[in-house]
Amino acid sequence: MDFKVNKEGFYGEFGGAFIPELLYPNVKELEDNYMEIINSGDFQKEYKQLLKDYVGRPTPLYFAKRLSEKYGTNIFLKREDLNHTGAHKVNNTVGQIILAKKLGKKRIIAETGAGQHGVATATVCALMDMQCVVYMGEVDIKRQAPNVARMKMLGAEVRPAKSGSKTLKDATNEAIRDWINNPEDTYYLIGSVVGPHPYPDLVARLQAIISEEMKWQLKEKTGSEIPDKIIACVGGGSNAAGAFYHFLDNEKVELIAVEAAGKGVDSGQTAATTTIGSPGIIHGSRTLLMQDEYGQITEPYSISAGLDYPGIGPLHAHLFKTHRGTFLSATDKEALDAAKELTELEGIIPALESAHALAALPKIKVKPDNVIVVNLSGRGDKDLDTYMKVFGY
Amino acid sequence: MNKLKRLFKEKKNNILSIYFTAGYPVLDSALKILPALEKAGVDFVEAGMPFSDPMADGPVIQQSSEKALKNGMNLDIYFSQLEYLKDKINIPVVAMGYVNQMMRYGEERFLQRCKDAGISALILPDLPLKIYLNDYKILFEKYGLTNIFLITPQTSEERIREIDNASDTFIYMVSSSSTTGTKEKISAEQKSYFERIKNLNLRNPTVIGFGISNHETFSNACNYAAGAIIGSAFVKTVSEDSSEESIINFVRKIKEGE
Repeated sequence: MDFKVNKEGFYGEFGGAFIPELLYPNVKELEDNYMEIINSGDFQKEYKQLLKDYVGRPTPLYFAKRLSEKYGTNIFLKREDLNHTGAHKVNNTVGQIILAKKLGKKRIIAETGAGQHGVATATVCALMDMQCVVYMGEVDIKRQAPNVARMKMLGAEVRPAKSGSKTLKDATNEAIRDWINNPEDTYYLIGSVVGPHPYPDLVARLQAIISEEMKWQLKEKTGSEIPDKIIACVGGGSNAAGAFYHFLDNEKVELIAVEAAGKGVDSGQTAATTTIGSPGIIHGSRTLLMQDEYGQITEPYSISAGLDYPGIGPLHAHLFKTHRGTFLSATDKEALDAAKELTELEGIIPALESAHALAALPKIKVKPDNVIVVNLSGRGDKDLDTYMKVFGY
Repeated sequence: MNKLKRLFKEKKNNILSIYFTAGYPVLDSALKILPALEKAGVDFVEAGMPFSDPMADGPVIQQSSEKALKNGMNLDIYFSQLEYLKDKINIPVVAMGYVNQMMRYGEERFLQRCKDAGISALILPDLPLKIYLNDYKILFEKYGLTNIFLITPQTSEERIREIDNASDTFIYMVSSSSTTGTKEKISAEQKSYFERIKNLNLRNPTVIGFGISNHETFSNACNYAAGAIIGSAFVKTVSEDSSEESIINFVRKIKEGE
């Protein structure tokens, strides 16, 4: 079984580039150049240097002692929350901004849901002195005010997406339209393993640093570089793609993806794409998505803005379809409980997205000698408003 | 021969096509708009299948699609409306939408309904050329349908030739690098692009769309291509007044000027 993208841009039946002709030259330029650029010594040197000195990598692999005792096994947290800007998103934006520069682009556009990718993009644009426009749903602009302010302080222009549900999906549509209107000087910096080929592969490769570090860190701490299970949350799926990447071909490692069930998978208010979705095309990629019988894309719901997306990346659709991945879901309530538990046991306030991954712990079978890695994709500062409301602080 | 192919065989210039969004401004609008367009002397129409995420469309068509979906428009109603009109109108109808709509409906079922509704061709802007050739061409042909491809100012000559080879009715020439929407004038840069395409002597006629909105832009476009397509400007007009009189007046102004 092959879990890497093929020449045509597909993972099994998923992926591809279903884009209007208007985008063909942009996407083709990227497709023709991305591998050569990111594999070049120049790129790797600059990327690795920035990850070390600017982002603060390697991020620790932390043995969570009290959490492990509670679940009767060995739980390690991959601390992506300790990255600059507070989440794994910056691994990708650092890489793509170097790529954009090498392609001679002057202007960066991005979409954002919770604002984490928007902030990570605005950050690297400030660093590299590039013009930055971030599309964000009008609804998300209201519910993520601190991140909007951060982007503005970093010099980005935040443009509201006013169509459809006014959330991440619509912000992505607006970014694509901007790219259609500005095909030559503009680089579209996608934040997840979604969109037309080569984006899912490009973003997965840039996030793969997560599992690359995990391997030597596990070897140091446990004597083996192979864990029994890796757990990560999936919205579009970039942190999961990065955490799984170097273990995709090792079937001994169980890869557990946790989607947002919202108010329950049958509640009509959910973002659990693999449970209620079906194959189709969203944002230029054939994947699993939430849609009605006529192919109209439906509105997702999750308490976590970062998981509030009606599709998943084509790699994840392939992992689901081939059963290489185990797909679970966690409700808003389960995620909130898991966030509280981690905070109380380990003194770490996780992002709501990452709390969905933690919420899988009570749902899986573990043995005392298992080694389990939970990818703690982001920190909870941005979610304090929600935590304050829910827990009444 | 299908109606649209016949049209392009018989008429070589000044072909006027109008796009409208089915289900807009009200659910049954197509039943009035289509006959009015025929009466007004339009050569063929594009009937838009409203989609939730129309990424190639500008704000006017996006909003009309959103409203049409709120009005309850769906593919079953869309096909029934066109089936009902089939024997009442003569002008060719092109269905325009996005590939996910066809896939979800079931490709063969979708194409069968297109055929039953008398549709001549499809424009699915996000159906890539290569996937069409590998997976869909034979199927489309089985139902007597053809796919219309787009070219843009950024499309390379090599690719234009490939698209020309894969086409058999006309090529949709996008006037500038943009989503759909109204522009007032055609720039010198656009003219040189139109000129360049004209000089390629393609097998298929071209029709210019995106940014065509009035008599001036229409007649300018017709200097370089077999005709032109007007979308957003028409959608805007019917949003204000979708009566037969308003439609006939709109088309007359396009053809003759103010």
